[in-house]
Order: sequence, then C-alpha cells, then structure tokens
Amino acid sequence: MSDSIVFSPVTARPAPHRTQGISAWARTNLFSDWPNSIATVLLLMIFAWYLPQLIDWAVLKAVVRPDVDACQAAAHAGACWGVVSEKYRTILFGRYPYAEQWRPLAAVLLMLSLVGVSAVPRMWRWYLLPLWLAGMVLFVALMGGSVAGLTPVQTNLWGGLPLTVLLSLGGMTMAFPLAILLAMGRRSTLPVLRTLSSLYVELIRGVPLISVLFMASFMLPLFLPQGVKLDVLIRVLVGIGLFSAAYMAEIVRGGLQAVPQAQTEAAQSLGLGYWKTHGLVLLPQALQAVLPSLVNSFIGNFKDCSLVTIVSLYELTGALSLALGGDVVWRPFFLEGYLFVALIYWSFCFGMSRYSMRLERRLSRSQART
Amino acid sequence: MSIIEFDKVNKWFGQQHVLRDIDLQVEAGEQVVICGPSGSGKSTLIRLVNRLEAHEEGRLVVDGITIDDNAKSIEAVRRKVGMVFQQFNLFPHLSVLENLTLAPVWVNGTAQKDAEAQAMQQLERVHIAEQAHKYPLQLSGGQQQRVAIARALCLSPRIMLFDEPTSALDPEMIKEVLDVMAELATQGITMLCVTHEMGFARSVANRVIFMDDGQIIEEAPPTDFFDNPQSARLQEFLSRIL
Repeated sequence: MSDSIVFSPVTARPAPHRTQGISAWARTNLFSDWPNSIATVLLLMIFAWYLPQLIDWAVLKAVVRPDVDACQAAAHAGACWGVVSEKYRTILFGRYPYAEQWRPLAAVLLMLSLVGVSAVPRMWRWYLLPLWLAGMVLFVALMGGSVAGLTPVQTNLWGGLPLTVLLSLGGMTMAFPLAILLAMGRRSTLPVLRTLSSLYVELIRGVPLISVLFMASFMLPLFLPQGVKLDVLIRVLVGIGLFSAAYMAEIVRGGLQAVPQAQTEAAQSLGLGYWKTHGLVLLPQALQAVLPSLVNSFIGNFKDCSLVTIVSLYELTGALSLALGGDVVWRPFFLEGYLFVALIYWSFCFGMSRYSMRLERRLSRSQART
Repeated sequence: MSIIEFDKVNKWFGQQHVLRDIDLQVEAGEQVVICGPSGSGKSTLIRLVNRLEAHEEGRLVVDGITIDDNAKSIEAVRRKVGMVFQQFNLFPHLSVLENLTLAPVWVNGTAQKDAEAQAMQQLERVHIAEQAHKYPLQLSGGQQQRVAIARALCLSPRIMLFDEPTSALDPEMIKEVLDVMAELATQGITMLCVTHEMGFARSVANRVIFMDDGQIIEEAPPTDFFDNPQSARLQEFLSRIL
C-alpha cells in the first residue's frame, strides 16, 4: 500500500496577469482563432471604406442652412439638413396652428418630466397617481385650449411628437392594468372568466393593429347610440390600449406561471386573499421576471403608434409626410427628414431600454446571494 | 372541546382515496407528531386544517370554526393557524422584516410600526434578529426556516402546522430548527408536526401518530409509540428507520 498523504498548505496567490490589458482583451475578443481574426479584419476594412464616405456626406458636404438652392447644388452628395431646419416645426407639431406651437412643446415637456419623475424609485408613492391625473388634465388643457384664455384647437389638428407621446403613454397606461387582469383571468379557476379572457386575447392577437384602428375610427361610431359622439382621438387611444393589452397579458401570464405554486400557498396560509396574494406576492415577482419582455412590448407600442396615420392622425411619421408631401421643393430631401424622425424615435427607445436595465439591476438586489 | 376535530374525514385526489375515515382530536396546547411512509397522507392531513386542501366528506372543526367552502371562515381559520413548509416558501422579493410584517399589516390591519416591533420580537424568539434587513436568498437554509417560523408566529396563531420542516435542510442545520420548535412547544402552542425526526418526536411530542395508506394506524404517547408499538406495520416502519 502507498504511504498516507501528508497535508501541505497552499497559500492563495494572484491570478496570472495575462487576463488583463488591451492586448489580452484584443486577443480573446478579436483574434481568438482564424475565423474570428478574418471577421475582425473584414469588418475593419468595411469601416475604413465606409466611414469616411458617411462623414463626408453627413458632415463635410452637408448643408445645414434652410437654403433650397444650396441643397440642390449639393445634389445629394452631401446631406441636406436644411430640410430639418426648414420643416422641424411641422415635423414636431403637425398641423397645430403655427402661432400656438409653444403649447404642444410645453405639453410634451410636461409629460416627459412626469415620466422622469416617475422613473425615480424614491418617488414611487401614492401621490404619483393624482400627479399623473393632474398632468393628463393639464396636457389636454394645453393642447385643446378654450380654458384660461387659450384658443381652442380641435383634436384633428393635434399632431407630431405630442400625439406620439399621448398615444403611447395613454395606450400603455390603459393596456397595463387591463393586461394584468386578463392574465389573472386566464389563470382563474372560474371557467367563464377563463374562457372570456382567452377569447379576448386570441381574438385581438389574431388581427392586425391597422384593422383595430379602422374599426375604432370608422365602425365604432356606427354602433354608438344616436347623439353620442366620441372624439376620434379617444377612440384610437382606446383601440391601441385594447390591442396592446392582449399582447402584454400573455407576457404577464408567463411571469405569473414562473412563480412557484408554493408562493401562493405560503401567502394563503398567512390569510392573504386572492387580490392581496396577487398584488403583494405573485405580481411583484412575476413582473420582475418579465421586465425585459414588457419593455420590449412598450418599445413596440411606441413605434406602432405611427400606424394611426391611416386614420388621418398625423403623429411624428405622419407629420413628416405632411411636411414634405405637399412641398415639391423640399420633397427630394425626404431621406434626411426620415433620419431626423428616426433619431427622435431612437432616443426614446434607447432611453427606455437603458432605464429598464437599471431597473432590472435594482430589482435583482434581492436575488444576490451576498 | 378539542381545538382540532376530524370526524370521518375523507379526501380523494382524482380516483385515489388519500385520506380514509380520519378521526382525530387534538387538544389545545398539545404537540402531535405525525409520521409514516411517504404517500401515506400525512401532509394532506395537516393541509386540510388551513384549507390548502379541501376534504370531500366528513366534518373538520378548527378552534370552533367548521371548515367548508365559505371564504369568510377559511380566512378566519388561516388567521388562527400558522404554517411552516418543507421548502420555507419565504417571499424572495421582500426582506426578512417585510416577510414578517406583510400579513399583520395587510390581513390584520396592524400599523406598520407596531408590526415591525412585533416582527423583531419574533425574530429574537428564533434567534435571528440580526438578519432582519437581509433578503431570504442571502440566508442559509436553517436561517430561512427559522424566519419562516417567525413569519407564521407574527399572526399570534393558536395552532402551528409543520410540514416536514427539516427535510430540505443540511444535517448541520436541522438542529437549530428543531431547537426553535422545541422552545415553541414549551411555550404551550398547539403543534401539528409532520416529520421524520424521531428524536424530536420522542422528546417533544405529547402524542405520536402513525399513518399508512391514508389511515391512522396507531396513536400513542411517545414512550409507548417507540418502545411498545402494537401494529405490525408500525413495528416494521420503526425497524426500518431507527
């Protein structure tokens, strides 16, 4: 037999230094093997070929002044940002009366600051709700006028960014609670409730948003009782809310499905009823689990709002076609206009994405095993 | 009158008859341990007491409340009965303190401050007050189970149900949980405990019940139960586990 092993202590020592530094990073990430190295070199070549052209077009040869002749002289070899300088008011505010456009600007800033305030976890108190209600009322008052000496502006003239913000925020605020109720309905033990919720989700998910918008704007009025008139904006808003609720409901249901049954039992054994079990125990865990999908769906909704153009509401993209479509002189430079609108969309979506990542980190504090 | 009374209680899972004509009385302040092979219906039996499972036949009265479909009486019973689970089932998104104050605040309407003071008392009772602000997943299994016991105690229950409270624990953590349970027993709370810890049953229980095939085969004080088992099935069971 062999001798018994004699224990000799090993002191901890630092890791080899090869894992740090730029060259080490490049070696593991850019040149780890042959295919990786080829891809890196190819991509670098594409960048080297394309980037100067892009800078040339977007910056060096670009025309920033709202000067049609200069833009035409540049003949698309340089970007014509002049179209943005010339038309930005129409792009941002649509057909809203020119002299009154400080009102939609104020309304948008109001909504964005409300969103900003609500994003801070320290502000998650009961008074957020009345704050939002007051904000909504103020928004409508600013946009619609006929109070405090503001000239009335019909909703069909509302457009551009304020409309996009209103439709997406309003749609989400409506859709989210409805989605939670639908998700709970689909998991209910009551057969009627379960069937109705499933029916709703399957029906709404089965049709395109465009047809829902058409229904809301052209068919709904036919079913309303005589004398009742709902503003087209409200009908479209309700349509968007009902539509996205069906999608979000499935996300929320997935989250609820992921919470172990034992959590329900623990809550029940403490005497919590159905609503409190959901509100205090199941939903906080479920929503945390599906936060990335929810944000995904929010971002999708934000951009889907551009479909309302088909029922003659001119939000951001609609307002752009409005601004350029009727103007033969500036129409050739629609690409620059679209890039401008894309930048606005992108900054909103990027903001949402970054915020959701921060929120995820914050919420996952309870999962850390330290 | 007994604090828990089973009278010819029956329960089925589908076609499977999992509890058969259960008759059982538990007196206030009694500590009862239920043991038996897995699948014998022990857990189902104690889950009937706070209506996590519903019985289909027979009568079950807990502290004067007849258990049936009535939501009001289910709510009332759950306020009197605390439960501790095998997998602890703490709420992972809430801190230890929040786990304990949840039910007092939202079920009994206790003021937040009072609930917190009371929660700290219960945490001290299970010797874990210093962990109040951690999250459940940051604690060891034994610590989590003691928090779960404290959480159940926060509603000042008259009855505590334990469903295999040490089965998911590492050996070195079993003792700290059993010690806390033994302390509770000396304080006179009624306990119904499903466990395989025969040492605990012998030293703490007033009565031990042996179940098999959904029936109560034998019940006796621990000394008789372990030293002088009557039925052949219990003798066989004991010979396998001791």
